[in-house]
Amino acid sequence: MKAWIAYWSILRKDMRTYYLKPPNVSWGIIFPLAWTLMFFIKSGSAVDVRSLLPGVMALSILFGTTSMLAVTVTFEKKGRSFDRLLLAPIPLGLLMLAKTSGAVFFGVLNAFVPVVMAAFVADLGGVAWWQVFAAVVLIALSSTFLGLFIAVSVSEVFEAQTFSNFFRFPMVFLCGLFFPIEKLPVVLRPLSYVLPLTYGADLLHGGVNRAATMPALLSLPVLAGFCVVLFGVSLWNLRRTWIG
Amino acid sequence: MTTESAAIEAQNLTKRFGDVLAVDAVDFDVRRAEVFGFLGPNGAGKTTTINMLIGLARPTAGIIRFFGRDVTRDVKMAQHLMGVVPDESNLYPELNGFENLCFCAALYGMRRRQREASAKDLLARFGLADAAGRPFAAYSKGMKRKLAIAAGIIHEPPILFLDEPTTGIDVASARHIRQMLADLNRAGTTIFLTTHYIEEAERLCDRIAFLVDGRLARLDTLANLVRDVEDRHVVELAISRGEADLSARLEGAFPEGRFERVSDSVLRMRTARPTHLAPLVRFLEEHGVGVIEARVIRPSLEEVFVAITGIELERMRKEKERGGHPS
Repeated sequence: MKAWIAYWSILRKDMRTYYLKPPNVSWGIIFPLAWTLMFFIKSGSAVDVRSLLPGVMALSILFGTTSMLAVTVTFEKKGRSFDRLLLAPIPLGLLMLAKTSGAVFFGVLNAFVPVVMAAFVADLGGVAWWQVFAAVVLIALSSTFLGLFIAVSVSEVFEAQTFSNFFRFPMVFLCGLFFPIEKLPVVLRPLSYVLPLTYGADLLHGGVNRAATMPALLSLPVLAGFCVVLFGVSLWNLRRTWIG
Repeated sequence: MTTESAAIEAQNLTKRFGDVLAVDAVDFDVRRAEVFGFLGPNGAGKTTTINMLIGLARPTAGIIRFFGRDVTRDVKMAQHLMGVVPDESNLYPELNGFENLCFCAALYGMRRRQREASAKDLLARFGLADAAGRPFAAYSKGMKRKLAIAAGIIHEPPILFLDEPTTGIDVASARHIRQMLADLNRAGTTIFLTTHYIEEAERLCDRIAFLVDGRLARLDTLANLVRDVEDRHVVELAISRGEADLSARLEGAFPEGRFERVSDSVLRMRTARPTHLAPLVRFLEEHGVGVIEARVIRPSLEEVFVAITGIELERMRKEKERGGHPS
């Protein structure tokens, strides 16, 4: 019970001091708008909002969660306020779950901003909402744990940003969101299948447009596996480097 | 006092970073309800030792016990027993004083009503009640230290670790903090203190350990430590400004003494036996340095520190205040 009081307090503080600040809320609104506008300009005509929705949702989660978590944790570590958390008598796993829960929640909220926008301009009938929701939560978890992995691997805030992009941009182009994986060069295709976003994007394509290339019963456990591995590796790395 | 009653025990505590041996087989125990001073020059391994004790570093070898329980493999088991006040006031700048204390209390599992009552009580005791609603970032350095100490004791730990609690803050705040620490100790809290202010250690500590180059050089009560240097003679001279290399020139002319410029206008001489001052005064005046006053200094812990570490304390303290890195 005591550990859960700490968990809830950490989550509430992070939501208040980082995630629900006006600049982040405006990011959540502007980011999907900017992506939709980009596709509109590229196509030169009216865009099929529903076909764009999975990509915009996935990118909103990916960019929102990895950036926020990597930067906030690095910032707290540098200012040594993170030491205060490490000194709290709660298990390290629960502590890191508390630190990441805010980012997951932020990612899920970000994902549904484009859905709300799309609801005004497109017919969203026939969407498999359970699959969309499961995909959103799992993409948010895996992206957040990727952010955690980045945060415990660097010591400066600018390194966190650079390192994040090292993972994010290849992932965007290799995950099948905008270019079908089968149209990628043969040498790049195996890479697509070791990226968590590939499975998340496929789940979203399946949920929104019934256009998945892999069965949901494969993508869901694979994505969950990525979450467990990324979280486990981050904890191991944290124990090794920050409590070395 | 038996070993079983020790609040903290460190046996053969060792920490190695690659090829660097930061802490080398250190043994000590901290008795219940005592103020234990942990002194040493910058880079001696003090902070590394503390980090091992509080769970921010893993020992390469050795044993750590809290109240007789071996927690070497997982200090987290003992973290509810300790409060930690680091050398930097690392609270959350965007939260106000009250929120910071409530947040720290929640980390120890205190319920809302209990943590709010404790936060209010501590803010009043530390003279910060009027600043309770102000963001931590807007606090003065002295107020930040007070709030950091309040955050360290909000869960009423039986052991409190304090790293440089009064470095760089105003005299009134430092005095208030020392008084609070003395009160806490009287109420039964065991205090593990590192400081560069030797008079602070002298005033507060029951026993003092000296760490030099990662090794425990000496551990004893204040009275026993000072007894060792009672035969040393220290004379302090108030002088007009002299050149920067004055101490070196004096040591050349008076090899039986060690000279230290405490400040631009204060020179300190240490000798093993009483010395005639006339030749010294003459030498100084011949070199254009006026001697205004001379007084004999009673042997103190500072003499012990210099004797054990071979380092002039004033220089070390200035380095620390300029932002020198702790070990």
